[in-house]
Amino acid sequence: MLKVFSKNQYSGLSLARNALSRHRKWPRVWRDPEPKNSYDVVIIGAGGHGLATAYYLAELHGVKNIAVLEKGWLGGGNTGRNTTIVRSNYLLDGNAKFYEHSLKLWESLSQQLNYNVMFSQRGVLNLAHSDPEMESFSIRGNAMRFNGIDAELLLADQVRRSVPYLDCSQNTRYPIFGGLLQKRGGTARHDAVAWGFARCADAHGVDIIQNCEVTGFKMTGNKVTAVETSRGEIQTGKVGLAVAGNSGRLAAMAGLKLPIESHVLQAVVTEPLKPILDTVVTSGASHVYISQTDKGEVLFGGDLDFYNSYAQRGNLPRVEYVVQSVLTLFPCLSRVRMMRTWGGVMDMSMDGSPIIGKTPIDGLYLNSGWCYGGFKATPGSGWCFAHTIAHDQPHMLNEPFSLERFSSGALLDEKGSGAFPNAH
Amino acid sequence: MLLIPCPHCGERAQTEFTYRGDATVERPHAEDSAEKWYDYVYTRDNPRGEHTEWWHHTSGCRRWFKVRRNTWTHEILGSESANSDNNRE
Ligand SMILES: Cc1cc2nc3c(=O)[nH]c(=O)nc-3n(C[C@H](O)[C@H](O)[C@H](O)COP(=O)(O)OP(=O)(O)OC[C@H]3O[C@@H](n4cnc5c(N)ncnc54)[C@H](O)[C@@H]3O)c2cc1C
Ligand SMILES: [Zn+2]
Repeated sequence: MLKVFSKNQYSGLSLARNALSRHRKWPRVWRDPEPKNSYDVVIIGAGGHGLATAYYLAELHGVKNIAVLEKGWLGGGNTGRNTTIVRSNYLLDGNAKFYEHSLKLWESLSQQLNYNVMFSQRGVLNLAHSDPEMESFSIRGNAMRFNGIDAELLLADQVRRSVPYLDCSQNTRYPIFGGLLQKRGGTARHDAVAWGFARCADAHGVDIIQNCEVTGFKMTGNKVTAVETSRGEIQTGKVGLAVAGNSGRLAAMAGLKLPIESHVLQAVVTEPLKPILDTVVTSGASHVYISQTDKGEVLFGGDLDFYNSYAQRGNLPRVEYVVQSVLTLFPCLSRVRMMRTWGGVMDMSMDGSPIIGKTPIDGLYLNSGWCYGGFKATPGSGWCFAHTIAHDQPHMLNEPFSLERFSSGALLDEKGSGAFPNAH
Repeated sequence: MLLIPCPHCGERAQTEFTYRGDATVERPHAEDSAEKWYDYVYTRDNPRGEHTEWWHHTSGCRRWFKVRRNTWTHEILGSESANSDNNRE
């Protein structure tokens, strides 16, 4: 990476140099190019996944002529709307190996991108509220350790000591029996992930074209030859879809029907507080996940609103339910003011696992189905998708995530809940 | 808060209802092809715009019915009882 930024490398020295000119001379971080008539690869969607894909295509596979097309601004989709939890605590082999690969990429991402993505391995703690849940956690924890992933089963007392503000009394709706801790999990700064990948991709010559909506595809026989956009037609033989909640719409433009529904997921932050929570806490009892941001806000999310939606905003009954769940676990937050809520459009797949791979159309590749948890996958997803596009075949790590698994029956149903678009 | 127009009880708060997805998909016959079954179980049109969908008045009359709703604006366009369209024999 270093050779790409000989002049604009960020460092202590560059900080000092720019301080002398009162920070008025920092160079632009990425260009704002006009679209060319043709590219070797076009990626649709400048979220973390699309940008990471473009970056790895250039960095690892030597692809030179790449565009990323974005209908809004880069990082303005789910990448900039999520609760930023990063983990690899999965039971099933396919998921465990893929998300662990992603977590390993996170561990050196700031150095690799020369951009501080503020990856903080503060740990992710899943709470258990019953003996059977402790049993299932020990099964998952053991499966993780067999896959070389760190996992620790905590007893109630250990949980109480490590999260002092958690209500661990016996008189609560969801008593704490223990928990499953992944210490290497944590959080990252979501915007910085998009910006870091964008800056590096741009330095490699990738054209990131914002305000450019894809409206259709041109095909010859069964092969993609061009994309139609709000800024004109662009010729290309390879198209990668990384449009999250809009996957179904884009696929429909190419005549494909996906095993995906679009749903709205909301999140909430409170006013900033002094540090009270130094790890990520999640509970499956009412489905909430809570952390404290570096700015001090308590950040949390819960379930979908549970009706199909493309609106990027949800309704208050869900917010109220999530707030109640948080207060059950952390009654000390009851008088803290809620500052903002927002929503993102989620690509909910029918087994709760993503789809990264080829499609029945030549030259059209699909990256979608991220459900509640695609942020943590960002580097791994881009890495695998780049491989798939460059070699016209999946990497071993994303082979299990094919679109065909739904018709062949090789589902990756982590929750074992069957075909329903609201699993994880 | 969405107000869901139950054809039997009138407009009620969303919290009284349970949602169950696309009401236009039709269950194939047992002897139909694997492709038909795949399509029924897994794939969805997932439109951005008008969507006909199942809702259940769980905390009310406990009947299933269909709502037409815009998935982009959340505007509710109408509702009808479950058997209003005899798309199943
Ligand atoms: C509230 C919330 C909380 C979440 N919490 C977590 C979490 O804690 N941990 C976790 O791992 N994941 C979480 N997720 C999921 C995660 O945010 C997503 O899975 C991930 O960010 C998806 O990244 P992406 O790059 O695929 O999508 P996005 O960032 O949404 O990027 C897709 C881009 O495609 C663009 N696009 C769409 N249509 C077109 C078109 N026609 N032409 C051009 N461009 C188009 C969009 O404008 C968008 O910028 C959460 C999501 C939400 C909404
Ligand atoms: Zn009713």
